[in-house]
Amino acid sequence: MKTGRGNGEPGIFLRAALVLLLAAAMVGVGLALLAPPVGIGLGAAVEANLASSGVGNSVTAVLLNFRGYDTLLEIAVLTVALVGVWALGPAPRIEESDASPILLAMNGVLIPLVPVICGYLLWVGATLPGGAFQAGAVLAAAGVLFILSGQRPHVPLPGRSMRWIAIVGLAAFLCVAVGVMNGERRFLEYPPGLAGMLMLLVESAATLSIAVILAGLFIGGRPEGEP
Amino acid sequence: MSSALLFACAGLGLFVIGTWGLVLRAHLVRKVLAINIMASGVSLMLVGTGAMGAGEVDPVPQAMVITGIVVTISATALALALLLRLAHATGRPTLPEDRERDLMDEEGR
Repeated sequence: MKTGRGNGEPGIFLRAALVLLLAAAMVGVGLALLAPPVGIGLGAAVEANLASSGVGNSVTAVLLNFRGYDTLLEIAVLTVALVGVWALGPAPRIEESDASPILLAMNGVLIPLVPVICGYLLWVGATLPGGAFQAGAVLAAAGVLFILSGQRPHVPLPGRSMRWIAIVGLAAFLCVAVGVMNGERRFLEYPPGLAGMLMLLVESAATLSIAVILAGLFIGGRPEGEP
Repeated sequence: MSSALLFACAGLGLFVIGTWGLVLRAHLVRKVLAINIMASGVSLMLVGTGAMGAGEVDPVPQAMVITGIVVTISATALALALLLRLAHATGRPTLPEDRERDLMDEEGR
């Protein structure tokens, strides 16, 4: 559309239509927000069943037990995204510049601390905010800091072990989900006594996978040679 | 105005801003950023509406938002990797139909 704004720039009609659409959406959703709530929410239902979930934190109970499907598919999405990124080609080499002394000093303190923080977040997820994703993200951040720091030992990326660790979370979750099935129990329906332990097992495997997947997404390609 | 309602309205605003950017900006990095802003808006609105009811904060929207954040991160990473390959292959960080457009958005449109 020729509008005097240059070739292919969005025209006045497109902009006007977008303004109308967005204004309508804002008014509609805004009115819905101000209206009295129509549902009572699921807080009470979660609270009532928390004792049988195996953990004391309601968000973790929803994530790993009541809505386990969501989390299983979420880990599947992460794994598929990593496969997609790695399928595009080998990882580009990062051009190194001299690292600032602040980054190096921070790395010296932070990277050794990260496994401790990661373990704490994973363990505390049973009763307080925390859990597999948070712990995995912290662990991945350590990997990213290590890749970014200018002064690191020249080691190639462990491509083979990265591949295995990337799928261990999905594999463990699927094994547990299928393994708990018997006559009465269905897919992902944990036996009441073992729920806490099984969820910790799934979360530990998921933490490792999430860390490797996030770091693998950061390097932006198949791990071959040095980053 | 309760703080939960404020969060929900801010989320709605972020979603609208993100949609505007996604439709009108040609540079694909801006489009990816716009999708991220939209996702943040949706998350903020979900958490806000989950906290609006009386009594306990509903944990289900919070769990959904954690899942949503993970999906957004992986989608963003895949989009950026595709974008890098596209820019490398074609020399321009845009879709083919936007090839002629002004990428710097100098008018601040």
